[in-house]
Amino acid sequence: MSATASTAPRPFGVRIKLTDRIGEPLLRILTSLAGLLVVVLLGWIAGTVFYQASPAISRFQLGFITSQTWDSTHGIFGAADFIYGTVVSSFIALLIATPTAIAISVYLTELAPRVIRRPVAILVELLAAIPSVILGLWGILILGPFMGNHLEPFLHSFLGWIPLFGGIPSPFGMLPAALILTIMALPIITSITREVFQTTPTELKEGAYALGATRWEMVRTAVLPVAKPGITGAVILGLGRALGEAIAVTQVIGNATQIKASLFAPAGTLAAQIASEYQSANPGLWQASLLYLAAILLVISLIVNIVARLIVRRSKVS
Amino acid sequence: MESSGLTSPARILAPGPGAQRRKVVNRSMEVICTIAAVLAVAVLLLVIISVLIKGAPALNIDFLTKNPVPFGQKGGGLANAFVGSAILVGLATLISVPIAILVAIFTSEFASPRVATVIRFCLDILNGIPTIIIGVFIFGVLVIGGTQSGWAGAIALAIVELPIVARSAQEVLDLVPGSLREAALALGLKRWRVVLRIVLPTAAGGLITGAVLGVARVAGETAPLLFTSSIFSNFGLTTNPSQAMPNIPVTIFTLSESPSPQDHAEAWAAALVLILFVLLLSVIARTFHERSRSKLRS
Repeated sequence: MSATASTAPRPFGVRIKLTDRIGEPLLRILTSLAGLLVVVLLGWIAGTVFYQASPAISRFQLGFITSQTWDSTHGIFGAADFIYGTVVSSFIALLIATPTAIAISVYLTELAPRVIRRPVAILVELLAAIPSVILGLWGILILGPFMGNHLEPFLHSFLGWIPLFGGIPSPFGMLPAALILTIMALPIITSITREVFQTTPTELKEGAYALGATRWEMVRTAVLPVAKPGITGAVILGLGRALGEAIAVTQVIGNATQIKASLFAPAGTLAAQIASEYQSANPGLWQASLLYLAAILLVISLIVNIVARLIVRRSKVS
Repeated sequence: MESSGLTSPARILAPGPGAQRRKVVNRSMEVICTIAAVLAVAVLLLVIISVLIKGAPALNIDFLTKNPVPFGQKGGGLANAFVGSAILVGLATLISVPIAILVAIFTSEFASPRVATVIRFCLDILNGIPTIIIGVFIFGVLVIGGTQSGWAGAIALAIVELPIVARSAQEVLDLVPGSLREAALALGLKRWRVVLRIVLPTAAGGLITGAVLGVARVAGETAPLLFTSSIFSNFGLTTNPSQAMPNIPVTIFTLSESPSPQDHAEAWAAALVLILFVLLLSVIARTFHERSRSKLRS
């Protein structure tokens, strides 16, 4: 400071400047409050959702989870259809996204020419930047009709004897929703898997090559085993993304309250149901039941995210 | 690989049993991995190109500068929704970025490692909460019993934006060399001056790009706005955040569910503007992010 330069040298810590005396604790307090806010916010969100849902929780209790009725005229509500839809659509999405993400990561870390590795990685991650409402718009007007007119009849004619592919092809349903969720989960899983692959010790890879392994054998024996916990964490994070997507799913899934074996049939998910009925639900039991759905979704996504973060963290530490 | 004891060097170097099969497996796995990468990029391009082709015809100056006209009439645009979105995202950013940076300062400058870990964890969890639930939360706190408002929407978006900006700010602050801080502290500067004069200016580039990424993320968020700023009068321009504000994501959402092709055309055009904005910001932020990080590292 220029002010101290003109005065005679002074012993350490004799006088603390007034601004320091105010500024130091002020910044400490402000930043601690901000930190506290983050923790409080989590509890506040959970508390508010459960409080709003309480009329439905006390009315239907845990039977809500297994009840299949969603009848707003008679005021009887249950979440089973939506839990089923959420689980199935997310499961299909992960079933497609996981191997694809691993394959892309292998390509990006082992196969691709160095110059294109970063650009391709950025392009894949940009998939995550597409707003879900636009993906949903594309889903309704392009993907859905394509599936209803071409892909689903095709699957039906070959695999129609499996109940999954029985039923009438339609532009709205479980399958288009699952594909949209695949597109959303893919960049998340890929970016973490790729990072984990990059941390494979070089000695392991070179060891495998020295033993005569082909490139794929090297990946299978050196890269994948080490990356397993990281991949698991990445997949669960992708699951968290898929479970909670409301907008794009409500646009393409058809929002039906039913459980059908056929993947072509319209269905509903927890998040999509909340999004689709938010305006029509009047205050009272209906709204509280929607919030009960939100509470279930919140609990599931908290568990999924906590588990995923713990796994990812541990695999990065080791 | 089973070896038969002592063999001549020529035997060792010769292709082992099943070499042909291993080669084929290797080659096909390589091809599959390449196809997967091509497929992912193709999907991205497919979506962008669809939006471009479908959106471009309806996109013109009127679309950006005129308010919607009553159903059935020709002309009009979505000026009110563009203005509303800009205000909502602007307010959300004004709310979330300062808090996010304070959180980041707390965890990397003041908090004990244990507390810092807990807060980082909470930020990650907050980031993982479905955005529709954030909307439900703000609905319960601010909207219920009253009316929807731009403020409610902006705060909901701010909660979505907070963990994104805070996590990226933390990463950047952690990259600021410890030697810089120590040098400043050794010169007798107080911690808060070190933070404000040394750490923040050094990390400024990274902090800004983190904020830009946050903007790119919330500009397209629909779910938090459904419960907080979706019931608006469709025709007028609103600049007062105490009323529900028209905005682009909710407009695209409602137009996409309409059966009318004219509505679809408008939805595509709005989607085109939104996707260009979001992708442009993402690419710019990513490029700068990488640059400011490598600058800090060197």
